[in-house]
Amino acid sequence: METQADMSREIEALRGSGGPQPRRDYPPYRSSVLRHPTRDLHQVDPEGVELWAPCFGAADIDDAEADLTIQRSGEPLGERIVVTGRVIDGDGRPVRNQLVEIWQANASGRYWHQRDQHPAPLDPNFIGAGRCLTDDDGGYTFQTIKPGAYPWRNHLNAWRPAHIHFSLFGTDFTQRLVTQMYFPGDPLFDLDPIFQSVTDPKARELLIAAYDHSVTTPERALGYRWDIVLSGTHRTPLEES
Amino acid sequence: MSFAPGQTVGPFFHLGLPFEGGNLLVPAGHPDAVRLHGRVLDGRGAAVPDALIEIWQADPSGAVPRATGSIRRDGFTFTGWGRAQTDGDGHYWFSTLVPGATTPGRRPFFAVTVFARGLTDRLFTRAYLPGDEPDALLDGLSGERRATLITTREERGLLFDIHLQGEGETVFLSYPRQAR
Repeated sequence: METQADMSREIEALRGSGGPQPRRDYPPYRSSVLRHPTRDLHQVDPEGVELWAPCFGAADIDDAEADLTIQRSGEPLGERIVVTGRVIDGDGRPVRNQLVEIWQANASGRYWHQRDQHPAPLDPNFIGAGRCLTDDDGGYTFQTIKPGAYPWRNHLNAWRPAHIHFSLFGTDFTQRLVTQMYFPGDPLFDLDPIFQSVTDPKARELLIAAYDHSVTTPERALGYRWDIVLSGTHRTPLEES
Repeated sequence: MSFAPGQTVGPFFHLGLPFEGGNLLVPAGHPDAVRLHGRVLDGRGAAVPDALIEIWQADPSGAVPRATGSIRRDGFTFTGWGRAQTDGDGHYWFSTLVPGATTPGRRPFFAVTVFARGLTDRLFTRAYLPGDEPDALLDGLSGERRATLITTREERGLLFDIHLQGEGETVFLSYPRQAR
């Protein structure tokens, strides 16, 4: 199995080689090798349903689902955090009343998932999944626990930087996005082939939340702010009405 | 503006994304229910057991659904959106209705999004109904490429396999206002 030094050389060789989105063909992330298309994406003008996104409403979600610290009978272990921000489209408009879903490891870096069997403890009081609808300003807020880093088997001594998975919808089907939010200053950034699959350093910055003391809640939780810009919309005003 | 980059759903998306009834746009016992299903395959033809497929579609009249309620389905409201994970054999399935044409005379399709462990960013494609209506996308593709976008009609459903890579690689789409 390759060492981290071997991996880091591969990552280094591909720096800056892609655009602002991740390279789908990114061999340092071993699982991508047989799972990326080799043909170029075929550009089409969106039509019909592609000009619209599915709708979600208050009946789909309980408000309590945005608080990952109250899903079980007791208090979860770890550093309580607030993660808040806005979802906006490529023209700067807020994405209103739209679904945001998150999932993450617990404070020890363990996922509540059968496939995660690495020897870090599960926390019976933390499952690690939440969802909410954005407000009229595109805003979302989750109460949660800071996830831990965790090992994986991409190469010898591979560790993922702490992250929260985010799933987002826009107002067009074409804006669908699943991504990961990271925490500032993580020493694992340069070593991680998933983060580095975005080979443009400016684009990677967009995945890192900012510590925001104005979000920090006294005696309760540290605050992080992360705004998410989706791609542009395609509907004309006529179609909008 | 700079758009947020995508990142893989990873191996643990089952914790956050699938939900009960996600693949049942209509109950399987609905008199007009069809099964839209298929397998997700990698570049060696092996099953991808950790993929997630979403569909978004018009109703049978061709109207784009604007109703909420996909996550807590009531069994009566057609929301047009569904989500299904692949099983150990790489197989996914939805119980749904056959979409109508949003513009008369055009070939109806399901808009499809593909996520998987090992896939660094989502992929978009279309699963068309079989037919002979003209279509700007299909008509611009070679026969072999075109075939990857057309479902196969079955007695009670539509079959749509998704080849991420290699022989029979599905045509995946990009749209003008996306960063590449």
